[in-house]
Amino acid sequence: MSAELFSVFYQFADVFAFLILSAAGLAIVFGMMGVINMAHGEFIMCGAYVTVGLVKLGVPLAIAQGLAAVTAGLIGVAVEYLIVRRLYKRPLDSLLATWGLSLIVTQSMLLIVGSSVTGIGTPEGSFAIGGYTFSTYRLVLFACAVAVLIGLYVIFMKTRFGVMARATMQNAAMAKALGARTGRIYAISFGIGAGLAGLCGALYAPTMTLIPTMGATFVVESFVTVVVGGANVLLGTAPAAVFLAMIRMALNASYGQIIGQIGMLFAVILIIRVLPEGLSSVLVRRGR
Amino acid sequence: MFKLLDGPQTLGRGWTFWSCFLAVLAAALIYPVFADSYDVGNFSYFLIWVFMALGLCLMWGYGGMLSFGQTFFFGISGYAYGVLAINMGGGSTTIAALMLSVIIAMIAAGILGYFMIWGGISGIFFGIVTLSATLVLAFFLGQTAGPEWHIGTARLNGFNGMKGMDPLTIGDFYIEGSALYYVMVALIVIVYIALRMLVNSRIGNVIVATRENPQRAEMLGYDVRKYQLLTFVIGSGLAGLSGALYTSWGQFITPSSIGLPAAAMPIVWVAFSGRSDLTATLVGSFLLLFGFQTITVYSQQAALVLMGTLLLATVMLAPQGFVLGVGKLVVDRWTGRRRRDANSTLADTGRLQSDEA
Repeated sequence: MSAELFSVFYQFADVFAFLILSAAGLAIVFGMMGVINMAHGEFIMCGAYVTVGLVKLGVPLAIAQGLAAVTAGLIGVAVEYLIVRRLYKRPLDSLLATWGLSLIVTQSMLLIVGSSVTGIGTPEGSFAIGGYTFSTYRLVLFACAVAVLIGLYVIFMKTRFGVMARATMQNAAMAKALGARTGRIYAISFGIGAGLAGLCGALYAPTMTLIPTMGATFVVESFVTVVVGGANVLLGTAPAAVFLAMIRMALNASYGQIIGQIGMLFAVILIIRVLPEGLSSVLVRRGR
Repeated sequence: MFKLLDGPQTLGRGWTFWSCFLAVLAAALIYPVFADSYDVGNFSYFLIWVFMALGLCLMWGYGGMLSFGQTFFFGISGYAYGVLAINMGGGSTTIAALMLSVIIAMIAAGILGYFMIWGGISGIFFGIVTLSATLVLAFFLGQTAGPEWHIGTARLNGFNGMKGMDPLTIGDFYIEGSALYYVMVALIVIVYIALRMLVNSRIGNVIVATRENPQRAEMLGYDVRKYQLLTFVIGSGLAGLSGALYTSWGQFITPSSIGLPAAAMPIVWVAFSGRSDLTATLVGSFLLLFGFQTITVYSQQAALVLMGTLLLATVMLAPQGFVLGVGKLVVDRWTGRRRRDANSTLADTGRLQSDEA
């Protein structure tokens, strides 16, 4: 019996980790600046490629993953400085600009690197409970997702930067008047968002085929998580991921991946009809 | 009638514009006499996509709804045409298949639009929900390779796509080559004129008012949701028309014409052309498609990189669109700035405000 229970938890954890890791970066950028970064998938791709490249050079996997996240974060800061910064007053245009960037990056990668790169294989290791075997790496991913959530909580709730960032999120003009350097906060937040995307790519790089268009595999999940989460991402993203992971897990188990994805999409369309501002609006109302 | 064609919501008015229009139309009509049949076929291929661009222009430029789901409805209708044409047995029934598939796309748009518009989502979320739906459809169709995935006798065939349906046919006469070209030109003229009349009509004024300020439009007593849904269904239906015509033109359709990067293409065409005007979209989309096709022959990736660069450049340098900007400049020079009447200035300021909101 406990083996069955654990198996259900394992499947839930797998989907939950995927949703959180793919959505966290997008959610931070959206929550801070109201910008949807359409090049999110390309930052994920960047993280994955850097990881695989470093591992092939002989760098240990964990360090390669860390470096990949940092690389993506630095590229993110550069993108913010060169493109997104000029478009804060036009959120829809920043979405288009990043989409243009995404097209450029994906297709250039296809031109330069070619369609696929040999992967590095999932780290070995599995354990058995009852009659079932489980991959250890999937649980590592879950642990990473939880660590990302805790890390974000600490950064945004416990540090000086977090206070400034939340003030900027609420009212950028007022925060600026009170001395917060909003430009720098935006740049750092975009960097964190891109870095988290890179981390996602780095963590999933061993488990999937590396192709320049791999970002597209993640964007649907990250979009729907952010949409369901709503405007207040610090509050909304985690509950949204829990909720969607439950639906997805139930459908995956009975009907397979693609029906799981379609079902999740239908759930999201139903949710926006009832709660157009997402789960966080309900939570905010409860809190007051 | 003429008042609707020459109304305030569309650029290009009066004698000069319409004589240019007729001249271009005449040139388009005699083109197949001089060109070889391969070029005529290519031209029909460009014209297929123009409907999708005009639909997006209506939704985005006039209605203020940025839908990323044009290829979603393109795909639904394209596959529907294939399924219907195969199952109904070809021949003259293909005409019915074309109409039915556009209707199916419009019904799908009605359902999706109802949930989004009555749910009150707009702006960025409108875009990413439609894009999510598009990508999920592409993933779904991509994994339908097995023999169990069929509708009637039509196999979906996964990534390889569906094929084997008849092209548009009347009796024993396949509508191909220059016949297809003339059908396309006629359809474009009809759609273009009809959209011009729509946006200049009373309904069009409400659609534009909703774009400028939904609350104000609502306060004036209009149920803006109905007008938005109408816009969405018409715009998506036009994408559906493109889809059905595409399947009929090439007698195949694959999931890659739905997913990324295909989904970005209508956005690039319309943004580059100038979303706020139908004529600019018509001209600009055609130019872009022509350029894209020319480069694709050498390298598809390079062509897509160029499209991405154009989108980025448009947003950074000319947010209103390049073709529209150039067109306005030409008109200004031509008429010595007489045209800067109060009307267009007002419309411009209104648009600026809505962009920054």
